[in-house]
Amino acid sequence: MNTSGLNGVMQNATALGEKSRACLNTFKAWVQLDSSNLSPGQQLSVKYFIVAVILFFAQILFGMLAATQFIFPGFLYEILDFSVNRMIHINAMIVWMLYGFIGCVYWFLEDESGTDIVGLKLGNLAFWVLTGAVTVVVLVYLLVQIGPGKDSSLWLINEGREYIEAPRWADIGIVVVMLIFFYNVVATFSKGKWSGIAGVLTLDLVALAGLYVAGMFYMTNITHEQYWWWWVIHLWVEATWEVLVGVIMAWSLMKLLGVRRKIIQTWLYIEVALMFGSGILGLGHHYFWIGTPEYWLTIGGFFSALEPIPLVAMVVHAVYDSGAHAFKNGNHPALAWIIAQAFGNFFGAGVWGFMHTLPQINMFTHGTQWSASHGHLAFFGAYATINIAFFYLAIQHWRGDVWMGGNSQNAWRWKWALGLLNGGVVGMTIALLIAGYEQSFIERAVEGSTWGGYFAAQNHPSFQSAMNWRWFFGLITFAGLILLIWDLLTIGKGETRKAPIIPVEE
Amino acid sequence: MNETPLPLWASESFWKKTAIWVTAGSFLILVVLTFDSLSQTSAGGKRVPAYSVINKKIDYQYKEELHKFMPVIGETELLFGKEYTEEEARQLVDLGKKTTQAKNCMNCHTLLGNGAYYAPDLTKAWLDKGWISKDVREDMMVKFLMDPEKNARTFGSNRKMPNLKITEQEAKGVVAFLKWMSSIDTNGFPYNFKTINAEE
Ligand code: HEM
Ligand code: HEM
Ligand SMILES: [Fe+2]
Repeated sequence: MNTSGLNGVMQNATALGEKSRACLNTFKAWVQLDSSNLSPGQQLSVKYFIVAVILFFAQILFGMLAATQFIFPGFLYEILDFSVNRMIHINAMIVWMLYGFIGCVYWFLEDESGTDIVGLKLGNLAFWVLTGAVTVVVLVYLLVQIGPGKDSSLWLINEGREYIEAPRWADIGIVVVMLIFFYNVVATFSKGKWSGIAGVLTLDLVALAGLYVAGMFYMTNITHEQYWWWWVIHLWVEATWEVLVGVIMAWSLMKLLGVRRKIIQTWLYIEVALMFGSGILGLGHHYFWIGTPEYWLTIGGFFSALEPIPLVAMVVHAVYDSGAHAFKNGNHPALAWIIAQAFGNFFGAGVWGFMHTLPQINMFTHGTQWSASHGHLAFFGAYATINIAFFYLAIQHWRGDVWMGGNSQNAWRWKWALGLLNGGVVGMTIALLIAGYEQSFIERAVEGSTWGGYFAAQNHPSFQSAMNWRWFFGLITFAGLILLIWDLLTIGKGETRKAPIIPVEE
Repeated sequence: MNETPLPLWASESFWKKTAIWVTAGSFLILVVLTFDSLSQTSAGGKRVPAYSVINKKIDYQYKEELHKFMPVIGETELLFGKEYTEEEARQLVDLGKKTTQAKNCMNCHTLLGNGAYYAPDLTKAWLDKGWISKDVREDMMVKFLMDPEKNARTFGSNRKMPNLKITEQEAKGVVAFLKWMSSIDTNGFPYNFKTINAEE
């Protein structure tokens, strides 16, 4: 055997290791973040945030690839097909948002419970296990992509179900990690003190994790399969995630603006009542056309039409509180993103959702770019925004609670990132809406949804120009994201003024 | 500050109780409806036919009295020239369903209107006029699935389905699955769809 060859490889590997360590050290010296500013729980939390941002980047990158294929169908054909790019686009989104939410909870868990996190070591371990699993899943998506029509493909490669494509082995891993997270939350509140926020959070997490299990089974009967699939997707985004955001928002408004706990918690209960009261049975708006009984047309139409109400309540809440406290706070980018959340949630979910939620309309918009228009504005407006707001809260504390305002050095970066990201997503939403109208009209209403009708709509000049505009606004979004990442790494560097401490009202 | 007692509707505990009752009540109703819906839609019922429906002619027509389009199940019309028992039919449809998941069809196509919007809806694909005539349909579908690149028609869009290495047996399974799916009562979606059976 050629041992010198092996030695060479070893040497190269060590050299590579050293090089990357050196790179990491240079990077650390450049960002100048002092982790002693963070509590142990917050140190765990920022790990989640870092992975979230990386996955957000991946989401947008693969979204751009998929959007390019609408314009040039030959682009990456049979290398990274549309299906692969789109799967990574939406899967990365779901996973980064969950990472963000877990990070948010770890961020305030100590503060809210008044004690140390009980299973911090376990929490760290869970983080690494989850991150390792996510890496493997993505590599398999990219390199293996598809398998034969057997159970083993669903266990090891992907389950082929939009949003929850992760293979079964990863599903089980995700459930275990969620259980550890849940244990940490409950045990910590039990050791410290419970509060209204803590109670809502705990019950919401039970529901959120429990629902995931509903999507873990294979069924031949596609009507049954989609029935349960929607339990996960709809009851996540229109019930449990929405309440989780309510909790995160409640805590943030209390800290950022000093709003009274009693008011915050009363609002939170009102939001829960309205959200679950409309969202749980609003599930029926996905049961119009999948084979399920006709009563869903009435139930789904009626309850989902009520869903915008809690979203209005949330806007009122955030804007009223901000106004009542004269927008006085020491973190302007975070507050700006919180306001963006209130409006984005209301328009993306409330208005765009309402527009196609009645069966008489949904008959023609179902399964067109209409859904994509709504999906983009809703996921971005409701869930990307709140996470970004929290990234800013976290980085401020990490920098040692320095002032972050509209007049800070380099404040143009966060302002432009805010403008480009929101402008880009709104632009894409409008482009997709136009494409959706055109599809509803030509493919569904005129052509009766045949394959010929589908392509008649896809080939129409107004559809194609909408796809070009979506691509253009996608690029704007991408530029905004790059600026956002740059800003998050540098904001507050060299700032000496401290942020004012906002006392919570009694 | 002087605390004046709050009216009931503004108190924290009132809304806490309301939240709990509303949530529990809604969830309970959902559970009851779920039992009902699952039993009404198990394969072999009125809404979702038994898998052996693949032995039958399937059509989709407007029903005046119901004001909607409905699947119409006709006389015997064998698939691949074979009459399947219920169990054989279930196995074939199952292979097809599993193949659609393993090949990630849903991230380009919609099924029952859910999925991605890069390629046409598969809900009534079995009945689509794109397969030219009933005599060549089965054969054309299997060939297309096994080598979509060579058999692509693209309808002027230049979009081609990639080769997903679907075997002949898997392709037959997918065709059976599509035939079975086209027989599901989808409350009239899609509206105004003209099938391959319709006279021009
Ligand atoms: C933040 C909350 C929400 C998010 C993130 C969200 C996201 C989405 C997404 C991604 C889809 C497409 C699913 C697919 O791929 O097939 C969808 C579908 C739908 N959403 Fe929402 N949504 C939200 C809230 C709402 C609300 C409040 C309403 C109603 C008032 C609504 C009504 C609908 C309807 C009717 C569909 C079905 C579209 C179709 O028939 O194809 N959504 N939603
Ligand atoms: C550069 C920016 C982006 C581009 C170019 C892009 C592109 C795309 C494309 C091509 C699809 C597939 C649609 C289809 O099947 O026809 C898609 C789906 C989707 N994207 Fe994006 N996207 C971008 C940003 C985002 C953002 C910021 C979000 C949310 C935070 C998002 C959420 C979604 C969702 C939920 C779907 C599934 C929609 C549905 O099935 O109805 N995307 N995107
Ligand atoms: Fe929904």
